[in-house]
Amino acid sequence: MEFFLEVLIGGLLAGVMYSLVAIGFVLIYKASGVFNFAQGAMVLFAALTFVSLLERGVPFWLAFIVTLAVMVALALAIERAVLRPLVGRSPITLFMATLGLAYIIEGAAQALWGAQVHGLELGISDEPLELGGLLLSQFDLFAAGTAAALVLLLSLLFNRTRIGLSLRAVADDPRAALAIGIRLPRVWAVVWAVAGFVGLVAGLLWGARLGVQFSLSLVVLKALPVLIIGGFTSISGAIVGGLIIGASEKLAEVYLGPIIGGGLENWFPYVLALLFLLVRPAGLFGERAIERV
Amino acid sequence: MSNPPLLELEGINLSFKGVKAISDIGFRVAEGEICALIGPNGAGKSSLLNIINGVYQAQQGRIRFAGQERRAMQPHAAALGGIARTFQNIALFKGMSVLDNVLTGRNLKRRSSWLEQALRIGRAPAEDDRQRAAAERVIEFLRIQPWRDEIVGTLPYGLQKRVELARALAAEPRLLLLDEPMAGMNAQEKREMSRFIVEINREFGTTVVLIEHDIGVVMGISHHVVVLDYGRKIGDGTPEQVRHDPEVIAAYLGTRPAAA
Repeated sequence: MEFFLEVLIGGLLAGVMYSLVAIGFVLIYKASGVFNFAQGAMVLFAALTFVSLLERGVPFWLAFIVTLAVMVALALAIERAVLRPLVGRSPITLFMATLGLAYIIEGAAQALWGAQVHGLELGISDEPLELGGLLLSQFDLFAAGTAAALVLLLSLLFNRTRIGLSLRAVADDPRAALAIGIRLPRVWAVVWAVAGFVGLVAGLLWGARLGVQFSLSLVVLKALPVLIIGGFTSISGAIVGGLIIGASEKLAEVYLGPIIGGGLENWFPYVLALLFLLVRPAGLFGERAIERV
Repeated sequence: MSNPPLLELEGINLSFKGVKAISDIGFRVAEGEICALIGPNGAGKSSLLNIINGVYQAQQGRIRFAGQERRAMQPHAAALGGIARTFQNIALFKGMSVLDNVLTGRNLKRRSSWLEQALRIGRAPAEDDRQRAAAERVIEFLRIQPWRDEIVGTLPYGLQKRVELARALAAEPRLLLLDEPMAGMNAQEKREMSRFIVEINREFGTTVVLIEHDIGVVMGISHHVVVLDYGRKIGDGTPEQVRHDPEVIAAYLGTRPAAA
């Protein structure tokens, strides 16, 4: 029983890491109906910029602030150069644009900071911690705490502020939003900037876990089943979806692995997502029927 | 109605990919009047409203609103300048409550920073209360209190029309653009809506430009009627003048004067 709990909680905590990436997708999808394939590249770009600054002797907090500024600038540039000219195009066009963007950002990161693997030390030891008789990873606990703080911050921003109301308005009906004087480009710019911030947080945590390297941009692939289960339009969905994926893949690995062979962890989330697509295509928290790409 | 014009259109031309939607239309709307745009389907009425609040930009022409002349309006500038509108096929935030929809109409009235709003500090709490009170006044005025916490998407059509009017009114507009506010309503709902429009105009002095097909309603509530046909202006005057205009009668009854 204790072992089961350890696996379960370990899985849930790992799931939070997936949620972090998924939230970035949800933000942009909600506001502009774009599935932003470049989110993974943004995670990589943020982590790489941060770690490269650290390695050049920039203090931790300054590096964080500078990276954040770079991510916001990147977001504004994307809105201006890519999204605005493509306003009103079909979702598939926008998706292809973000696909191209993903490779441009990755290439830019490589050109700027080089292609070698960097270690990232956030100053949190990854030794297991004993809590109430259970062995839990300190790092995972820290990541979960960070994610919780981030979600709190986002919900304050989106539920209480004028910009949050604008965002919900744009997501609901762009035409009506225009009529009450909301500037769509500005809302998009804010959302991409916030997604850049979320990408930075995810990049630091994932970078510390896996090392900062190009495979970091592949975390998008892990976010996909999370989004399908949670729904593309809900931040709570992204959290719950991440928890479900994290817990179920670990449990499957531990309990089903010995029976049908190891490596279950890698494909089990997709099977789960497929089942969800068949049973509940809009996801647990998704609104209406949405187009999938 | 000898007030100075609040809105003045001059030489407006609009075409879509070579198809002329509006040709050389100009008219004035006096401050404080109810002005009706009438005409058959496809006459260019909605396009004209879209030009006034900046959704479309005319290829030629000038718009003078509140003393400021522009080549073309921008939606944000229009909203900021006090132009609010409703749409022919309701554009509400269907996933939000009635109250929240009305509150969005006051979006541009907020002055506190997003930091104050997020943390409910500084100017934000008092401002929140003021916005809410203003929204409640509008809700009361249009008598939609019983539904204030309902999700808009679940309400019947006639009520949604009224909520959309409430959202527009919440912005305290100088100019209210109503695109077929009574379309699809029954006789009683039409009467109610007409009464609201007249009350808004009297009580707040709001200038109204509306599009309506029901000639009885139009003649009953407007001070000024502009008649369009095939993107041209064919009549402009008081309801009485327009009613007796032979060209208007011909366009409406479909009986062109027989060629001599």
